[in-house]
Amino acid sequence: MTAAIEVRQAARAYRVGQTEVAALRGVSLTVRRGDHLAVVGPSGSGKSTLLQLLGGLDRPTAGSVVIDGHDTVTVGEAELARIRNRVIGFVFQGFHLQPRTSALDNVALPLVYRGVRRAERRRRAAEMLARVGLAARAGHLPGQLSGGEQQRVAIARALVTGPAVLLADEPTGNLDSAAGRHLLDLLEQLNTEHGVALAIVTHDHEVAARARRQIVMRDGRIVSDTDTDTATDTDTITDSGVCS
Amino acid sequence: MRIGEAARVAVGALVAARLRTGLTVLGVMIGVSSVMVLIAIGDGTRREVAGRVDELGSNLLLVVPGKVEIGMPTISRMQLSDVEAVARVVGDPTRVAASVASGELVQAGPVKTFTTVAGVLENNRTVLVRDIARGAYLSRADVDSARRVAVLGATVARVLYGGTDPVGRQITVAGVRFRVAGVFAPLGQSLGVDRDDEVHIPLTTAQRLFATTRVDGLAVRATDPAGMAALGDRIVAELGERHPDSAFSVVTQDQILSVLGDILDVLTGVLGATAGISLLVSGVGVSNIMLVSIRERTREIGLRKAVGARPSDIAAQFLTEAVLLTSVGGVLGIALGVAATVAVERFTPLPTLLTGWSIALSFGVAAGVGIIFGVLPALRAARLDPVPALRTE
Ligand SMILES: Nc1ncnc2c1ncn2[C@@H]1O[C@H](COP(=O)(O)OP(=O)(O)O)[C@@H](O)[C@H]1O
Ligand SMILES: [Mg+2]
Repeated sequence: MTAAIEVRQAARAYRVGQTEVAALRGVSLTVRRGDHLAVVGPSGSGKSTLLQLLGGLDRPTAGSVVIDGHDTVTVGEAELARIRNRVIGFVFQGFHLQPRTSALDNVALPLVYRGVRRAERRRRAAEMLARVGLAARAGHLPGQLSGGEQQRVAIARALVTGPAVLLADEPTGNLDSAAGRHLLDLLEQLNTEHGVALAIVTHDHEVAARARRQIVMRDGRIVSDTDTDTATDTDTITDSGVCS
Repeated sequence: MRIGEAARVAVGALVAARLRTGLTVLGVMIGVSSVMVLIAIGDGTRREVAGRVDELGSNLLLVVPGKVEIGMPTISRMQLSDVEAVARVVGDPTRVAASVASGELVQAGPVKTFTTVAGVLENNRTVLVRDIARGAYLSRADVDSARRVAVLGATVARVLYGGTDPVGRQITVAGVRFRVAGVFAPLGQSLGVDRDDEVHIPLTTAQRLFATTRVDGLAVRATDPAGMAALGDRIVAELGERHPDSAFSVVTQDQILSVLGDILDVLTGVLGATAGISLLVSGVGVSNIMLVSIRERTREIGLRKAVGARPSDIAAQFLTEAVLLTSVGGVLGIALGVAATVAVERFTPLPTLLTGWSIALSFGVAAGVGIIFGVLPALRAARLDPVPALRTE
């Protein structure tokens, strides 16, 4: 399988006053099409920072991140935005739904930046909402939805553009396990049926265990990257994503 | 992002912040309407002045003592004999009008009014084109015999006699008794001056009444507009010969018009600039409101960028919002400006003229204010980094 995202010796340092805080200290990682990986590690180990680099929301201060063949260090802002729109679907920790906008229009938002006409946007958004089981809630505002429903809206929004990679930062963190399991079922279905690569940052052992590949981070570094199915370091295998 | 989508988002955001939107729109409205009213007054005055010149025709020369360029009024050394000398230069005494004027108390029975009393020749009515509503104008004999007859301006007639006909009645001018020979047809106001507030009496009578031999100025109706400059030069030369130590000037209606036009331009400019300052202040208000709006919606901007909005999409969205804000203010300001202009026309002596051009300009300026004062906030929004933007509360 081809690489969707290629991370090479990526570092990310934040300037805080006079000092530099190193959030990532040289990380290399390949996300392949159809991958299903979980990123675990203690708080502050750099999981969110890594996910932001993978999604082109942020750029490394050293090393490189190549998304779908585009080096995020060298492309312009507009091009990076286009890459985020076409290749990546993001599920944020706090969902970030727009409070004054219906579930349907929240889901349709990414299509605005793809130049899709309004009627077509709404059609595709409705289809996506139906896929996550929220057809009946399309006209509701986020505030009128439960936490689990809000999360499904966020996932529908991430998937509406048909991305190659879905990135989720602790998506089940604040949900009861029944809703979380249902959600994972949905994501895994997309992964196996449509080959959408999943990269999920999680604290939840159950969520991590369901991924085919576990990446453990500590102190800005990847300390292990294992494939559950073969129990081998992914560095040595080339075809982990399509095992069935 | 399509402009329709940007407009939809902008409307939503502006409606969500109603109070703020309302106040900003109000500021733009006031700026736009004041610019409009002042332009309307300037245009109205200009039209009135042009109308006055049309009335008098363009072949009128005014002869005044002193140098016009200096602009200071000069006491005239001209006398009746100078009027006759100018008439010889012109070749036709009926074309040369002369006058001496003074402010005097005029009384009819118990009613008094203070007005401009002008001593004139009988040809004044034809040279300066005045219509008589009642009775007759002064005659050659009135001037020759220095009779105590008067022709009243419409305002003076109304003040002294109300609705009744004053012709044949007695008035006193500076305490001396006069008979009313006629009443002028009303002229109305010009540049805020009531042109019907005057009384004409024979020049000879006036010189006696004011105890002077002076003539203040001459008006010459030329036959040939093309030869006016040459005629003016000959008149000035003749008067210069007769009064070697005095200066005289000849001005045409066109020159007066152009000087008045220049003054009006400056005045309109100053007033317009003053109104423009209020527009500028409203523009700063727009900037401010946009910055507040952007700070409040930082997370929304971060999200839009995360799902694929380019910096130009974000800039376009906020610029659309700013322009929409000022355009709404512009449209409402035009409505307010039209209403205010109608009120000025009705309740003040100031003339007004609304033109499509000034309405278009007002709207254009409002939209322009939105662009100019919206650009900086829009660019700031466009440059926001998505990760920190998403993290803000
Ligand atoms: N914007 C920032 N400014 C300064 N330090 C930051 C910033 N974002 C993250 N960090 C620091 O980088 C490290 C990694 O953060 P993060 O990637 O959020 O970790 P995790 O998601 O694993 O908890 C932490 O020490 C955190 O304090
Ligand atoms: Mg985190």
